Amino acid sequence: MAALWGAVIFSGFYHGVNPGMGWPLAVSAALFEHRTAALLSALVALAIGHLLAMTAILLPFTMMIALVQWEAEIRIGAGVLVITLGVYLLWNRRHPRFLARVKPSKLGLWSFLAALAHGAGLMLVPIYLGICAIADTDAGHAAAGVLMASNFNIALAVAASHTLAMTVAGGALAAGMYFWLGLKFLSKSWFNLDVVWALSLILVGVIAVLSAK
Amino acid sequence: MNLRPDPTFHATPQLAMQAPTENYAFTVMLSPDGSQSDGIAVVDVNPKSDTYGQIVHQVIAPYQGDEFHHFGWNACSSALSPLTGHAFLERRYLIVPGIRSSRIYVIDVKEPLEAKIHKIIEPEEVFAKTGYSRPHTIHCGPEGIYVSTLGGGGEDGTDGPPGIFIMDCETFEIIGRYEMDRGKQDKHYDFWWNLPQDYMVSSEWGLPPQFENGVVPEDLLSNKYGHSIHFWDLRARKNIQTMDFGENHQMALEIRPAHDPAKSYGFCGVVVDTTNLQGAIFTWWRDDDGVWQSKKTITIDPRPEDADNLPELLKGFGAVPPLVTDIDLSLDDKYLYVACWGLGEMHQYDVTDPMNPKLAGKVELGGIARGTAHPNGKPFAYGPQMVEISRDGKRVYWTNSLYSTWDDQFYPDDEGGQMVMAHVGENGGLTLDNDFYVDFPKGLRSHQIRLEGGDCSTDSFCYPNV
Repeated sequence: MAALWGAVIFSGFYHGVNPGMGWPLAVSAALFEHRTAALLSALVALAIGHLLAMTAILLPFTMMIALVQWEAEIRIGAGVLVITLGVYLLWNRRHPRFLARVKPSKLGLWSFLAALAHGAGLMLVPIYLGICAIADTDAGHAAAGVLMASNFNIALAVAASHTLAMTVAGGALAAGMYFWLGLKFLSKSWFNLDVVWALSLILVGVIAVLSAK
Repeated sequence: MNLRPDPTFHATPQLAMQAPTENYAFTVMLSPDGSQSDGIAVVDVNPKSDTYGQIVHQVIAPYQGDEFHHFGWNACSSALSPLTGHAFLERRYLIVPGIRSSRIYVIDVKEPLEAKIHKIIEPEEVFAKTGYSRPHTIHCGPEGIYVSTLGGGGEDGTDGPPGIFIMDCETFEIIGRYEMDRGKQDKHYDFWWNLPQDYMVSSEWGLPPQFENGVVPEDLLSNKYGHSIHFWDLRARKNIQTMDFGENHQMALEIRPAHDPAKSYGFCGVVVDTTNLQGAIFTWWRDDDGVWQSKKTITIDPRPEDADNLPELLKGFGAVPPLVTDIDLSLDDKYLYVACWGLGEMHQYDVTDPMNPKLAGKVELGGIARGTAHPNGKPFAYGPQMVEISRDGKRVYWTNSLYSTWDDQFYPDDEGGQMVMAHVGENGGLTLDNDFYVDFPKGLRSHQIRLEGGDCSTDSFCYPNV
């Protein structure tokens, strides 16, 4: 259980430190407006977009896993989905061009779409299902309605804690660059994680399939 | 794909100015009559090198008659915005269109001394996928590589308006037209933008029949060349405002926005005012209500001249028009360089206050009915034309040809391609370097210059100066 929650937090940090997920935009906003508050409001916009993307992906699974007898199949299906996306991203290293059409002023929307497009939400699904499975076993075979409510709360908690971790990590880098390190830090700290990202999707998917029973 | 952002990408113009200086310049070589192939000359601009000021390599096109003109990079500092999603592109390829043939060459310059053609896009593909012809300005931006064109469809490029199309920044496939709502825009020339502020500005020269066989005097005197610039919602691909400078301001060409993306102003050069033959610079800016405004902030007077000394085209005027054909802004947004191709002068204006430019330096070289020689004693054909500034703002390079058929009309007795360089003084001022003088191979002229690692008319920055 603790390991799974650890994974939720860790993946949040992992998303957060990646400049591609948006923290440099917060620095840019602060520089544009000459005030630190703009850094915070940009981080909040990015966080809201990310949170919504996580929630949007997790909630359908909340409904599905109420079907307790299909639990293993659902977990395997989710694992396969995540593996498929990972393989696809390995094969196609392109970033979707429609993301470049989002207006720079719509940071929340951009963050939402970027998280969806890169499968950031999907990566959480197997972890989430694992948490639900353990929680449900602990709760015994409660009524479907109760289970669903509990799973719903877990989904929100997973999305929120993941997003919080992401925002803390990205926010720390953004603040560091804005106050101390300067913009040269941007190109120094940016690593091409495309392959690592795709591989981590595959890894999470494989673990999900293997642990489903 | 790199594992780190390309070292020539910079978050801010300030950082770009501090980067290592250029070692090579890439300069267009064009055959004015199509008797030879066009090419890109790789020029050694490292003063410590034994081959300083020499063409050290040439990439020659396999076809004739392309007429190389402007060109640009596949990737620049704009990639450092997370919004673009392609931070790990290499600045490696030059996209070189043939303005006459509509053929596009992608040249790999990773090793400048071994630069070679990587891909050729045939004109038929450009026509089929875009309905445009005569590709011109190249900028790398959020959706890939943006290419402006001077012609629409059909043999003479007048079937439909010209516009911008987008190419994939990795495969160089043509994706398609940019515009969703072009408004009043029916001619095209240059374009540039401010990426974080999400606006683009485009300008107008004329349609292909108005330039391909030379300037058409009747069209010019009846003010039929472009005199408007267009402001676009960049990502919505929509023309939001067309600004008419007045029809006497013929040929609104180069668009130079301030490099610092926190600023909302820029400049546009106008070749000639048909009421008085002046050249002009307009400053454009966005007011507090979000409406674009402009004001003529620089005028350059013509020089009276005996008709006997003038080419046929100008005899009736008894004067040499300045002909402001290119402008370029240093990365610190401090100096605007203005090429007066007719007068034979390169002007340097201090535009620290963009509404009140002050002449800070001037070099005389070439010129109609003047033909000032280089201080090193060598000749300079035509006048100062395409100008490019080093990132650190200390060196200004320029060449001399405007456009094959126009060179012949304005300078019927001149021939040759030259590239020179001037040093910028500590407090402004411009002095030609006696040792830097590139004479192009016989029969070839020179046009746009690109500097290794980016220059002052290629890179778009996504973070404000600190």
